[in-house]
This record gives sequence, structure tokens and C-alpha cells, in this order.
Amino acid sequence: MSEQATSITRNRTVGLLSRLRESRVFQGLALISPANTYLFLFIVLPLLMIVVLSFLSRGAYGNVEFRFNPSNYARLLDPVYARILMYSLAVGFGTTVITILIGYPLAYFIARSPARQRSMLLFLILVPFWTNFVIRIYAWIMILRGGGLLDSLLQGLGITQEPLGILYTPTAVMIGMVYEFLPFMVLPLYTSLEKIENSLLEAAADLGAPPWRAFLRVTLPLSVPGMIAGTILVFIPAMGMFVLPDLMGGAKTLLIGNVIRNQFLTARDWPFGAAASMVLMIMTLVLTLFYTRKAGFSEELLV
Amino acid sequence: MSEKRLPLWLRVYGVAAYAYIYVPIIILMVFSFNTMKLNIRWEGFTFRWYGVLFNDQQVILATRNTLMIAVVSTIVATLVGTMAALALHRYRFPGYGASETMMYIPIVIPEVIMGISLLVLFVMLNFTLGLFTITLAHIAFNIPFVALVVRARLHGYDNSIDEAAMDLGADELTTFRRVTLPTIMPGVLSGAMLAFTLSLDDYVITYFTAGPGSTTLPLRVFSMVRFMVTPEVNALSTIWVLTVFLVLLAGQFAQNRRA
Amino acid sequence: MPGEYAVELRDVLKRFITPEGRDLEAVDHVTMQIRNGEFFSMLGPSGCGKTTSLRLIAGFEWPTAGEVFIDGIPQGHKPPFQRPVNTVFQSYALFQHMTVYQNVAFGLEMEGATQDEIKKRVGRSLEMVRLSGMDRRHPKQLSGGQQQRVALARAIVKTPSVLLLDEPLGALDLKLRKEMQLELKALQQQLGITFVYVTHDQEEALTMSDRIAVMSQGKVLQMGPAVEIYERPTTRFVAEFIGEANFLDGRVKSLKGKDAVVTIPAWGADLAGLCTAKLHVGDEVAVSIRPEKVRLTDAPEGNKNCLEGVVTTSTYIGSDTHVYLDVRGQRIKVWEQNRTSVLDRRGLYRAGTKAWITLPAENTLVLARA
Repeated sequence: MSEQATSITRNRTVGLLSRLRESRVFQGLALISPANTYLFLFIVLPLLMIVVLSFLSRGAYGNVEFRFNPSNYARLLDPVYARILMYSLAVGFGTTVITILIGYPLAYFIARSPARQRSMLLFLILVPFWTNFVIRIYAWIMILRGGGLLDSLLQGLGITQEPLGILYTPTAVMIGMVYEFLPFMVLPLYTSLEKIENSLLEAAADLGAPPWRAFLRVTLPLSVPGMIAGTILVFIPAMGMFVLPDLMGGAKTLLIGNVIRNQFLTARDWPFGAAASMVLMIMTLVLTLFYTRKAGFSEELLV
Repeated sequence: MSEKRLPLWLRVYGVAAYAYIYVPIIILMVFSFNTMKLNIRWEGFTFRWYGVLFNDQQVILATRNTLMIAVVSTIVATLVGTMAALALHRYRFPGYGASETMMYIPIVIPEVIMGISLLVLFVMLNFTLGLFTITLAHIAFNIPFVALVVRARLHGYDNSIDEAAMDLGADELTTFRRVTLPTIMPGVLSGAMLAFTLSLDDYVITYFTAGPGSTTLPLRVFSMVRFMVTPEVNALSTIWVLTVFLVLLAGQFAQNRRA
Repeated sequence: MPGEYAVELRDVLKRFITPEGRDLEAVDHVTMQIRNGEFFSMLGPSGCGKTTSLRLIAGFEWPTAGEVFIDGIPQGHKPPFQRPVNTVFQSYALFQHMTVYQNVAFGLEMEGATQDEIKKRVGRSLEMVRLSGMDRRHPKQLSGGQQQRVALARAIVKTPSVLLLDEPLGALDLKLRKEMQLELKALQQQLGITFVYVTHDQEEALTMSDRIAVMSQGKVLQMGPAVEIYERPTTRFVAEFIGEANFLDGRVKSLKGKDAVVTIPAWGADLAGLCTAKLHVGDEVAVSIRPEKVRLTDAPEGNKNCLEGVVTTSTYIGSDTHVYLDVRGQRIKVWEQNRTSVLDRRGLYRAGTKAWITLPAENTLVLARA
């Protein structure tokens, strides 16, 4: 019996709770099963329902009919939705690129600051991140709206005469997105930059590399894992976002997240909404798998 | 990285970046004291909007709902998540990989999808949407985050301290109570804090699982922002930002003292 | 009734399964008896099964087959908290959230001792390891050596019949380690309890132990007093692992009791030596001699076990001079003690000079090749 137990503990000489050693498998299962049960019921099962739903039909009254119907997916190829899909990808991509451009020097600045100041600087990055994001969006609405603070400032300085009218345009959405997701890019970038030993840069300098070449050949490649983690953390939620376009984008800027929300709540076409969700989910999955395979992406960068 | 003096451009950039992050929030807070109801230009100083806020029955109700959901979901998720972290750290069992994968789903999938899928589930189960369904949903997304934080804490855990306790005569339960739990407690607490904050802050998933009468603060702020942009919203935001700031600051100090 | 042996392992087998799915006999049919009041060491390279053996005694692991006896009582699958032994861990395994006092008191609390009793015994235990006055500190506030002492105090406070020590000095620096070796030995004599000590450091084992078991690949190769292990190793592995030795391959030519004559093909000569294990004429053997046992002279000393060589290097290291010679194509090392000032005679063994080595037959050991 002990042999059997050993074969399952797999040479991990943990050696705890020896009296119940034979039932270590049982203990492990007992500890994990509440989480497993809960997550199965409230995460996996709902997602499976979406999968099934995406192949069903919409009834006349917005109800769901159990009739196999693959055309929900075909409908996504309709130019209206195809454009929204492309636009969502573009917004996700644009947000990612801009947050890297703004966030990289910032992460670099924190990583190279004196050790005593670093935790405070990081803390200051985190504070807005913990503030409700509707509030953060609201701050930008106040700044960008017609006759708002930006307009007042520019007109007061005599730079412009007319309101800029940025709010309720795609530009406003991008501004909001970048502001919203910047911390998600800075934190993983900082984590990987902070790990780079100064001796590596000294070695590069010693071997004759001027600072900019040392950066390109040493620092930049070593910070790729952070960039990848940041991309996952920014790209995926940016594509699925619907609150920000609702508040800042006006009627024209719809993302795939808005389509999904509308199909479920206003249009009441659940099967089509489910199909749109499936597309978003598959893009998420492909992106995550692609990046996790590509580089040594670890969960540490997520925390 | 090094502690050499930073180049000037980098220091200028750093200051500019922090200004970019904080100026909008500071403007938001300043304008909570504005006398102008339309709140477009600065007119004059007043505390009036805070008075309006504290008498806003909907805000008070939303605050109560939010705290109730956050407390319950934090307690349940901390319990279940800590157990899961212990299971994944110390045991090997059939379905280990699947359990681990399941933990990551809520962390990586877009919130909209989690929101609508829970909506579908609750509708199919004929649950009335309200505080109960919101709480169920919050527990679901909080479990993985608690488990992740506690597991990170367990990562450097020296199993021989449990062996030492048993070697000194403590049985399994006593060992857990007297040695394991106190050692991982900081991790459990930061997991709980994370869960609490995520719950307080959640808009998207709450939006899909809420029903009439179960408005939470983020939902309330949203409709205020959408329909009546008065300085009352700024007042509410100011209180929110300051609360978060103070709580985080206290956490930061506690952590520094422990280290 | 306590038996003659404090601990006995009877044909104990412990099998693990490696992550690659292969079987691994960490402890491979080991039998050993550890006497009451003895300082017993298990010595071997990492992965030899010494730590697993210790864990089997403590109850952190249970044997796949065979039985562990403590005080003559079979332990079966008894958990660690029901065994009359205590352990000092390699990592110390101190409870970081408790003070020194609370750490040491923990075991007594588990026994249900009264507060007065606990206070008295913890005080005595801390005094014994010279940590009085530190009881309110937390482990983090102590040096490595002090933490080590807390671990020790915590384990001895329960007056176990056997104390198990798993490389307890491994994390300390050399000077502190030497000090602690003497202290541990003194403590063991003062307490009069059996110590079972696991180490990979041969010098540590030789310094402290009454008896040593040398282990390799899950098996006990040789068990006996320190002197015996060093002077009369029975296998090439033991001779090589403990101290230094010269080895020559040969074949047994004749045998008379324990005295053997071995042909060394590389030298085209016969050597007289001493068998430490059962051998037969014609057996392939390894002849071993410790460098300090070789006699080095500038003229031949008779013709038995005496050969001429050329000094290749000579290194002065203070107390000794290490001389390396080429003897008919074989490299032989000789430790010469510097009894007189080396300045008088260092010229003698300069590289390139000729010298004669004599291998005294009583220290020339004929070992099974393993």
C-alpha cells in the first residue's frame, strides 16, 4: 500500500501528514474539489453553454430554439461585422503598441531608479490601477469634452478658436484605452528590466559597445518576456472592452465587445452573440498560446 | 539594475509620465469643489456636492450592496482559493493539470465573455438576477486570484517546518493550525485584499449579473457619468480615490515593516 | 524493555519513482544496528540514501519493505509525532512566526507539559546550547550559527532516546563548523543519548563518530569505528571516498591467511599486501596505499615492495610536503611530514631527482575492485 502511495507522490519527498500517507491523493482531491466544483459550475459550464448556443437559432421572440444553425458564424463575415472585427483588432494592436512606446521608458526609468525609491514609484503606478476604471474614464471625459478643460486651456492660450471635438471619436477611444492599460504594460516590463544585472551592461561596455548598442543588444532582448506578458495583459482586454467605447466613442465606434453585449442585452439574438463571443475567445486563445510557446512566459509576470 | 545617476532626459520623461498618470485624477478631485453645476469651468469653491452625495439614497444603497458582495465573496473565495493553492502546491492527484488550467481561465478570458456566459447560466437556471447572482459571479473570478497569490507565497515554503512540527509531536491538524497557517497567513491576507478590491471595483461582470435593486457603486458611477455629469460624481470619485490610496498606503507600510 | 540497540534497520528497502517514471531504490536492503548512547554517522556522497535512511527512522518516510525498530519496538507506519526521536534539520526548519522560546517550547506544549515545567526545561535547554537570554528573539534576528543552536535546543528539549541530525552544520562556515563539531560531541556525551548523524563530510564523520556507516547507491558498504574505516577500508570506493589513496590494478598471485602477494602488470613486479576482505588467487584487485604511509628515501630500503621513481612535482604545504612521483609510468603521491625544517632538505625531492618508495606491507591493502 505504501508502495502505491509512493508511486503517486512521485519522489517528491514532502513527507507530510504521514499517517494518512496512503490517502494523500484523497487529501489533495479533498482540498481542490471545492475550487474545481465551483469553477466548473460557474466558469466552464457557462462557457460550454456559449459554445453550444453559438450553433443554435434565434426564435421569433428573441428566445433560443434548439435547431442546429452554423450561419451565426457566417454572419460575422458580413461587411458590417467584419469591419468591427478588424477595427477591434486594430484598436487592440494600436493600444498595445502605444502602451509599449510610452511604458517602456517609464518602466526603464523605474528599474534604474535607486532601490529605495523603486517601491514607491511602483506603488504610484498601482494606485490609479486600483481606482475604478469608470472614474478614470470620467476624468478624461471632463478633459476632452467640447468646451471642456482641454478646449478651455487651448483657447485660453490662444492656440485654437473652436472646440476640438475629440470626445466621441476613435481618437478619444484610443486616448482612454492607453490611459486605462498603461499600468498593465509597465508592471511586467519593469519586472523583466529589473532582473537585468548591471554587470551585463558593464560587460557590454567593456567589450566596446556604446550605451545605445548595449541597449539594443542586451537590455532590449532580455526584456522581451515582459513585453510579451504586457501584450497579453493589454491586447486581450482592449479587444473585449465595451464600456470605454460606450462612454467615449459615440455611436460609430463599436468594438466586438459592444457587439456581444448588444446581442445579449438589446438585440436579444443570443446565438449570434455567442458566435461573436466564440470568435473573441478563439482569438484570445490563439494569442495566448502563441505567446506562451514563443517565449518563457511565466505566471510571475502576471502577478 | 544599476543605481547610477539617471540621464537627464530619462528623469524628465519620468516626471512627465507620472504627470500624465496623475493630472487627470487630480483635476477630477479639484473639480469636486466647483460651484458650477455643469462643471465645465472653474467658478468657485464649495463643499456642497459632498453634502448632496451623503444624502443620495441611491449612492448609499449602492455602497451597502457593494460592501456586502465584496465581504461575502472575499470570505468564500479566500477559503476555497487557499485550499486550492495548498492542494496544487503540495499534492499530486488525478486531474491536476486540468484543475490548474481551470484556474487560469477566469484570469485570461475577456471579462465580457465571462459576464455574458454567467448571464446565460443564470437565466437558464431561472435564477433571479440580483445580489445573489452577483456574489456567485464575484466568487468565481476571485478564487483563481486568491489561489495565484497564495501559491506564489507557498513557492518558497520550506516543507521541513511541517515535518519539524510533527517530529516535535504535533499531529496533522495541530501542525496546520500552529505552523502552516501562520506561515502562509501574509499570503492569504494579500490574496483576500486582492479579492476584496477586485470585487469592489468590478463593473463588467456585475453589469451582466445584476438585476433591479442590486446596483453596486461602479454601476451607479457609470450611470451618473452617463446621464448627469455634476460635481457630485467628482465628489464620489474623490472619496473613492482617497480611500483606495490610504488602504494601499497602509498595506505598503505593513509590508515594509514586516520585511 | 529497551533493547540493546537504540535503532535497528532490518533489511529495509525504500523505493521511489523518479519523475521520469523509473524505479529508484533510495535505500536498498539496508541492515544496521545503532547501539544505545552511540554517536553514529551515515557518510556518503549525495544520493547515497543516507538522508532517506534518517527520514525512515524519523517517520517522514515509511519503508517499502523491511522494518525500522526504535528501542526494540517495530515502528511500522507510525507517524513522526508518535516516535521517541527528534530531528535537527539541514535547513533548521525554525518556525519563523515564533520566538526562540516558543520554538523550543513547541514540543513540550505538544506533550501537554505545564507552563512551569516548560519554562524550566526550555531554560535548561537554551543554556545547554549557550543561547540564554535570546529567548525573545525571532529566528530572523539570529546568525546562522545561533539558528543552528535553536534547532538543536528544540530537538533535545524533549529528551528523545535518539537524536537525528541531517547535515546540521552544512550551512555554516568552516571555522564555525569545526567549533560546532566539538560542541556536538560534548553535548552528546553530556546528554548520553544516541546521535544518528548524516553527513557527506568525511572529516566531520571521523572527528565525531564512534562508528560510521559508509553508504553508496542505497547500500551500506562498510560499517565500523572511524579508525577501521580509514585504516582498513574493504572496498576501493571507501578507500577513495575517505581520505586520499594511491591505487594500482593487479591480480592475486598467492594467499596465506590475510597476507597476499599481488602481481602489478603495470610495474612488472609483485607487491606484498594485506587483504581486508575475502579474496581468491587469480582475483582482479585494486591495491591501495595512503600517501602518508608510503616511505620515501634516496636509496633503496631492501628489495621488498621497493621501487625507484622520478619526482615530477613537489609542493610545500606547511605541515607536509606533497611529492608526486612517476614510478614506472604510474603516478604515486606521497605526503612527507616536515618533521625538521624543510629548508635543510628540500633539495632532495626537487622535480627531476630520483627517489625510492617503499610500500609497507601492513599498510598496502588489497581490495576488491568495485
